[in-house]
Amino acid sequence: MSILIDESTTFIVQGITGREAVNLTRECLDYGSTIIGGVTPGRRGREVHGVPVFDSVAQLVEATGQVPDGSVVTVPPAFTRDAVFEAIEAGVRLVVIVTERIPRYDVAQMVELANLRGARIIGPNCLGLIRPGVGKMGGIGGPARDVVKAYQPGSVGVMSRSGGMTTEISSTLTAAGLGVSTAISIGGDPIIGSTYAELMPLFEADDQSEAIVIYSEPGGRMEAELAAWVIENRSRLPIVAFMAGRFMDEMPGMSFGHAGTIVEGKADTAAEKIARLEAAGIAVAQEIAEIPDLVRERLGGRAGAGGQVVA
Amino acid sequence: MRFFEYESRRILERERIPITQSGHAETPEEARKIAEDVGGPVVIKSQVLAGGRMKAGGVKFADTPEECEAHARDILALEINGQVPRGVLVAAKAQIAHEYYAGVIYDGVRKLPTFVFSDMGGIDIEEVAETHPDHIGRGHFSTVLPPMDFRAKDAIAQTGLTGRELTRLTPILSALARLFATYDMTLAEINPLVKLEDGSFVAVDAHMEMENEARPRQKALLTELGVGEDETREAREATPFEIEGERIDSVDHRGVAGNVTEFDGNLGLVIGAGGGSLTLFDAVRHHGGNPANYCEIGGNPSVSKAANLTKLVLQKPGVEKIAVMMSTVSNTRVDIVARGVIKACVELGFDPAEKIAVFRIPGAWEEEGFKILDRYGLEYADRSVSMHEAARIAVEKVSGGSDGAAPLRGEEPGAEKPPTERLSGADEVLEG
Amino acid sequence: MAGLFIDVEVDESVAGDPDLARRLEEACPVDIFADADGRVEVVEDNLDECVLCELCIGTAPAGAVRVKKLYDETVLST
Repeated sequence: MSILIDESTTFIVQGITGREAVNLTRECLDYGSTIIGGVTPGRRGREVHGVPVFDSVAQLVEATGQVPDGSVVTVPPAFTRDAVFEAIEAGVRLVVIVTERIPRYDVAQMVELANLRGARIIGPNCLGLIRPGVGKMGGIGGPARDVVKAYQPGSVGVMSRSGGMTTEISSTLTAAGLGVSTAISIGGDPIIGSTYAELMPLFEADDQSEAIVIYSEPGGRMEAELAAWVIENRSRLPIVAFMAGRFMDEMPGMSFGHAGTIVEGKADTAAEKIARLEAAGIAVAQEIAEIPDLVRERLGGRAGAGGQVVA
Repeated sequence: MRFFEYESRRILERERIPITQSGHAETPEEARKIAEDVGGPVVIKSQVLAGGRMKAGGVKFADTPEECEAHARDILALEINGQVPRGVLVAAKAQIAHEYYAGVIYDGVRKLPTFVFSDMGGIDIEEVAETHPDHIGRGHFSTVLPPMDFRAKDAIAQTGLTGRELTRLTPILSALARLFATYDMTLAEINPLVKLEDGSFVAVDAHMEMENEARPRQKALLTELGVGEDETREAREATPFEIEGERIDSVDHRGVAGNVTEFDGNLGLVIGAGGGSLTLFDAVRHHGGNPANYCEIGGNPSVSKAANLTKLVLQKPGVEKIAVMMSTVSNTRVDIVARGVIKACVELGFDPAEKIAVFRIPGAWEEEGFKILDRYGLEYADRSVSMHEAARIAVEKVSGGSDGAAPLRGEEPGAEKPPTERLSGADEVLEG
Repeated sequence: MAGLFIDVEVDESVAGDPDLARRLEEACPVDIFADADGRVEVVEDNLDECVLCELCIGTAPAGAVRVKKLYDETVLST
């Protein structure tokens, strides 16, 4: 079993000729991912690190004779909705949206279309996802030589609203010898394609994952949704959460960090979220360095019931 | 970005939602003129971006133009939550038979916009939701399919309304949904939406918020309303320090070095990225430190951009040292940031090794970065030193950082009313 | 004058080559080279922006462009 990507996953990069896209294409190729093509309107015939560039997804599908499994979308905010619709309508079923500052209505439209077509969106405003030792989609972890320092294969699934903190947490888990099963930068916007609760069933079904670590922030109802999911589904996976931005509770009405941190009600505050997560049996770490021990404690407690302790 | 009521009313007009006759006045004389045009009893309302206007004395009624002018004079001079009013709104006083609530917001869990309707309008909708949930109707609507009136009708019908009320309210709520979609709103509410004694419906107050990310494409509307590009409409006005931070970020498109917020501590922060900054700011406070600022660097800024932000922080009065810290970086380069912060120190005549309390940025190009830090004798940390530990080191190196964090104080601690409460409810109940 | 961290040297023998001046200006992502009427000009204000990509070194004849890292006294060249 694996989550979202495996050895055979193929994907494309939309907006491949942009500065950041060129970098992430190089990084993904170096890490062993299979990129079958890229799209930038008007740039057909070019190559980016050996990857052929097309004017459209349809053209790419025709030329390569295959529909890619996924797409990494890194086009400017004003063009993102069109690019994502294009990918989904061409049959792509996993769309990673890197772009940030996309208006929320556009995001709602993209997510609604994905739901209608049976596609999944990760992001927007994310760095993508990685299956350590197998492949990565997006800039997550940076250049391949840096990726290996932070991401070694292991037993802990990571989901994070912050791209940078995905790597910080994974690096800590790797240094502690626990390693990472799959890490997903889910995005920092108020509406995102896949929330913690929506990704949990994938981790549940993944043999390699024994525990979950999440990074969360003030704003939104995503943590409450996860807490409810955990209680309802009696998850086999212990979860450890880290909550950043606690200081924001002292400054109502101000927004820091990601667009998604806008607090629109009392249930969105850090204090309220911590209470809800803890009520669902989710451990909330004070600092990142505590996370490996908290994970071990939880795995240890479950070992007698058939769980597996990973040292 | 929140709109003033007089702006929200103009947006309602664009969608042909009926509103009470009104005008916006900057002076008592203008207010009197509007009252004369209305030719009957009026209400005078302070134009501030805050709730609780009624309680604060920012809403008054007048039967004559003279009385209106006198009230306008008082209200124009009255600060509410630290805000000087942006003029007053003078509106015809409605002959109210019944009050309703009509709103559209996002449901972040379902990821769709949703109607919220109640036949108990004029009061805080959250209170209604708690005490009389059966008087609230809700319903999502599609962002992909064409807009359909039946979605609005279903939401209204949930409250038990039927007959002419239902058929007359449906197009109004439907128009509010169109407006929400067309103008990239995150909140569009009419409270109260009023049935007049003749059976017609009219909006008596409106509250709209537009998403900041959509401001570029809503330029036409914003220009028409006279909303300046530099108007942030945040909970408190930006300070000169914050405006300069914004300028540094905007003049150089390479990466991010901005989102600066000013505090009054002695430890300057050059931190990043989005989540890393939130984590590090908490960590500094956890160890009893007093930050001079919040900021975010990321997305691989240029050396000069990192240097300019660092200079801004270094020159802030009261800053003793700075801490340069980030979560493990992927595309921002350690060596580039190291060059930027050292350059800032050198150009201002400081010894980087003395001024930079700690440098903790592991990740991309760290080997190259550490060479630079070695050369200048800086104390730096690799990824084996946690973000919290780095924050502790920084706090220990500045004075007065041992007895617990002081309460956070920005430069203008006055305006504390959040501008973006969900379903913030009406400011006042108008009498029929 | 050098930057604080980086200095770039261009051999006098190639600095007057108009074609090289144009290609160096195009190659450098941080505008360290300018084409000054057919002559290679090093823009001192931008020296510290160097990202060590070595595109300039690959563009010029072997050994003609040298990027000096002043913080560890190493030189990048062909």
